[in-house]
This record gives sequence, C-alpha cells and structure tokens, in this order.
Amino acid sequence: MKTFDIHKVRADFPLLKREVNGKPLVYLDNGATTQKPQSVIDAIIHYYSDMNSNVHRGVHYLSQISTDAFEVTRRKVKDFINAEEEVEVIITKGTTDSINLVAQCYGKAFIGEGDEIIISAMEHHSNIVPWQMLCDEKGCVLKVIPMNERGMLDMDVYAKLFSDRTKIVSVTYVSNALGTINPVEEIISVAHKHDVPVLLDAAQAVQHIAVDVQKLDVDFLVFSGHKMYAPTGVGVLYGKAKWLNVMPPYQGGGDMIKDVSFEKTTYNELPFKFEAGTPNIEAGICLAAAIDYINEIGIDNIKTYEDELLAYATAKLGEIEGVRIVGTADKKSSVLSFVVDGVHPYDIGVILDKQGIAVRTGHHCAQPIMDQFEIPGTVRASLAMYNTKEDVDAFIAGLERALNMLR
Amino acid sequence: MTINEVQDELVEDFAFYSDWMEKYEYIIQLGKELPLIEEQYKQEQYIIKGCQSKVWLYPELKDGKLYFSADSDAIITKGLVSLMVKVLSGHSPKEILETDLYFIDQIGLKDHLSPTRANGLLSMVKQMKLYAMALQTK
Repeated sequence: MKTFDIHKVRADFPLLKREVNGKPLVYLDNGATTQKPQSVIDAIIHYYSDMNSNVHRGVHYLSQISTDAFEVTRRKVKDFINAEEEVEVIITKGTTDSINLVAQCYGKAFIGEGDEIIISAMEHHSNIVPWQMLCDEKGCVLKVIPMNERGMLDMDVYAKLFSDRTKIVSVTYVSNALGTINPVEEIISVAHKHDVPVLLDAAQAVQHIAVDVQKLDVDFLVFSGHKMYAPTGVGVLYGKAKWLNVMPPYQGGGDMIKDVSFEKTTYNELPFKFEAGTPNIEAGICLAAAIDYINEIGIDNIKTYEDELLAYATAKLGEIEGVRIVGTADKKSSVLSFVVDGVHPYDIGVILDKQGIAVRTGHHCAQPIMDQFEIPGTVRASLAMYNTKEDVDAFIAGLERALNMLR
Repeated sequence: MTINEVQDELVEDFAFYSDWMEKYEYIIQLGKELPLIEEQYKQEQYIIKGCQSKVWLYPELKDGKLYFSADSDAIITKGLVSLMVKVLSGHSPKEILETDLYFIDQIGLKDHLSPTRANGLLSMVKQMKLYAMALQTK
C-alpha cells in the first residue's frame, strides 16, 4: 500500500504557496472548489500547446488525438467509479448540468401528473430546483426525506414516503453544507424494493470516498470535475445503460445525431446522444489527469488522512466557547459547518479573509437546511487532501482573533 | 457640515489606522453609532437586496432633508451602513444625488463596492440614491 506524504502532496499544488492579504493562504473552501495539482495545470498547457482541435469530427491528426484523449477520460471515469461500460459515462458541464439532464430526460419519459419524486431535506439547490421545475411543468409532486437536528436523514420516514406513484429518488451522497455521509446503500436498496431508480449527487463524495457504482447498484451518479482537482466546466453523469437507452436526448445539436434531414433526425448512440455540441474539450481531457492524481495518492489514503484531519479540526473547534457545529452526524466527510452565538457568519468570514483564511459563509446553496436550523447561514471550513493540521491551527487562531473583535 | 466635509473627516479618521484590524475595529465601532431603524420598519420592503447579511434602510424626508435610519444583523455590515448614513443623512435629495462618494476609495474600502461582494455596499448606495430621487420631487 502506498503511503500518504502530506509534504509531497502539498508541494504538488502551486497556488497553496501564495499569500493573501499579506498572510500565507489557508485555503479551506474546498467544498466550493479545489485547487489544481501541477499535473493538471501541465495537462491544460499541453492540451493547448500540442493538441487543441475539435473532437469526434475531423479525420485530421489533431482531431484524432484530441478525440482519443477525450475518450481516455471517459475510460478513466468508468474505471474510477467502476461503471460496467464506457457508454454509461456522459461528459457534462458539471453536477448541475447532469441533474438537469436526468430531470428533463428521465422526466420526459417516465414522469407525469400526480407522480412523485423523493429528495431529501439536505439537498443543494441544484438537486431541488430542477425537480421543482419538472413538477411545475408536469404537475408531479416533490416529497422530502426529513432530517434530525444532527443532520441525519430519517430513514423510517423515508421508507414510508414511497407509493405506487414514486418515480425517482434523488439524494446527495455527502451534504455540502453539513458534511453528512448518507446511508446510500440503504437508500438504494429501499428504493429498488419499490422498483424506483436512484440518483446520487456525488459532487462532495468522489474526491473523498471510493465510489463503486456497480457495488452500490445506483442508477444515476453525478459529480463535477472542479471539486476533484480538475478544471471547471466538466462533470459526469453516470447512468445505467438500461435507463440512458430509453431516455430521450437532452439538447439537440451536433455530435448527438446519426442522420439529419428536414423530415427526420435519428439520434446517435450512447454516450453521444447526450453530448450535443462541442464539449469543454480541455477540461474534459484534463479530468483524466485529476483522476490519475487521485489514483496515484490513493482514494483510501485520502479518506484516512482527511477523516483524521476532520476529527482534529472538530475537536479544536469544539473547544471555542459559543461555537455550535451544525451537522454532527455519525458519519461525516471533510466539512465543518458552524455558527457562533451572537455573531453573524458573514462577519467571521470577513475577518478570517483579512488573515488569509478562505472559508465560505452563507447558506451554501442549501437554504432549506438553514431554515430548519433557524440560522441565517453558517461558516463552513471544508477540507481537501492538501490541508494540514497547521492549516487547522491557523484557522482556529484566526477564528479566535475574529471572535475577540466581534463579540 | 456638507457631504464632502463629512467625507474628508472620515478620510482623516481612517488615516490614523494603518493596520486592517484597527480599521475594522473602527468600522465596528461606527456601527454602534448608527441611527437605528424603528422596529416597525424592519419589514421586507425596507430590506436591501444583494446582501449576505440583512440590511434594513428607512428614509425620511424632514424640512427638505433626507434622513436615514438602518440596521443589519452583521456588525461589519452595520458599520459600513453607518459610514454611508453618516455621509449622506441630513442632506437634501439633490445634494445626495449629486454626491461623488470618493471617501470609500480613499479609506481603502473600494473592494467592498464591487458588485460581486456579498455585503451589498453598492446596493446600499444605489438604494439611498433611489430614495433621494423618489423623494426629490416631493
């Protein structure tokens, strides 16, 4: 087994060496986006310096090598999540794009008036709004799995939400605002007992936890490149071929067609049926470099390291008077969301920023969660594999300094 | 004092503070001097949009002069509102509309004015000028 060398990992990320507001950067906003290792940055440069060309079209040399490289990504994604076939991997713009695709295309084929969709109380807006839009259009109904005060889903209520009108379950694997790791195996097995497919939003999961779609038996799984050390503008929709084959295309355009005439158009096969237009080729190709990087470090090593760091940060944060951690589930991943009695999260964020510490403040695109906890928002420190105990210490010291000013 | 005299005074005050921390402590202090909006006006219609923290701003025209009272649930934002109220409150709508708020740049808070910043200082300025415009003709 490979060993995890934090000094080596950290050295791979050039941006981490910079200063912000005259202080060494402490980057704890990884839930929003991660920094990129040199190998990914090199891949971007390599793409534009040596191979830039459109994919899936030309017979010329450059087009062939960029198409090949793009397809290498598909193969690497397939291996990364252990999909059965490459055609089950659709390259999208990101998690939001992937969810909208499923809501629209699965919705068009299988959801009608009075049908029901199950989501959870801890979804990101991008796993709420696409379904609400579908409900507005089709007259279907959204049902919500409630969660308790620790940020854990109520699985008893979940089991009772099903009816013969339930058409899909769409829930997050890891909550971006709370860090909760949901019991996805159970969520899937319960849904499958009712013959209902499940979509997992794995945007906050794939960079922290080994994901095996076959073992999970999940129907759809979506994630973004930029939260897993790849460039922005690329994401993945994994779907079982049996579903993707019977769903109508998403957008019309180039690449997704077989034949076009004014009388009739026939659509291309998977995966191209869902990939209309020129994709973000650079980001698509460089996603492979990010996957290589994660594989080189080892996702299990990453998880062990990050879990230990989260435990350390949680303990340290808990020592500060007046701090209330929001999201204290049994199983958590890399997210520390908290409020401080009598202090607005925004104020904390401003004073931390002045000390070179990057966190996120606000509702984290999950307003229903904030409503449930009756808070305007939280401060969220989210970890990545390159964060250190020194980062956590700097953050805690910065927070204490901020609180001295603010209360 | 004219609007510009207040601006100049603030620029002078801020010049004392070289360290960011002192500057923010002063902003927080200013927040405590803000003429507070009456509870009855803490309603949706007086909330300024575009702020991560809540800001309420209430305009009142007395003897041809526009007075502002406000509040925020975040104390740095409250300090920033207080700065704006200090500068613009108690002047005629015409003066308020014609004012160039150069002090923000000079005290080193210009980055707070960017439309992408979550504190909504820019929305605050816009709203104050909108009130001035609406009440100008009265």
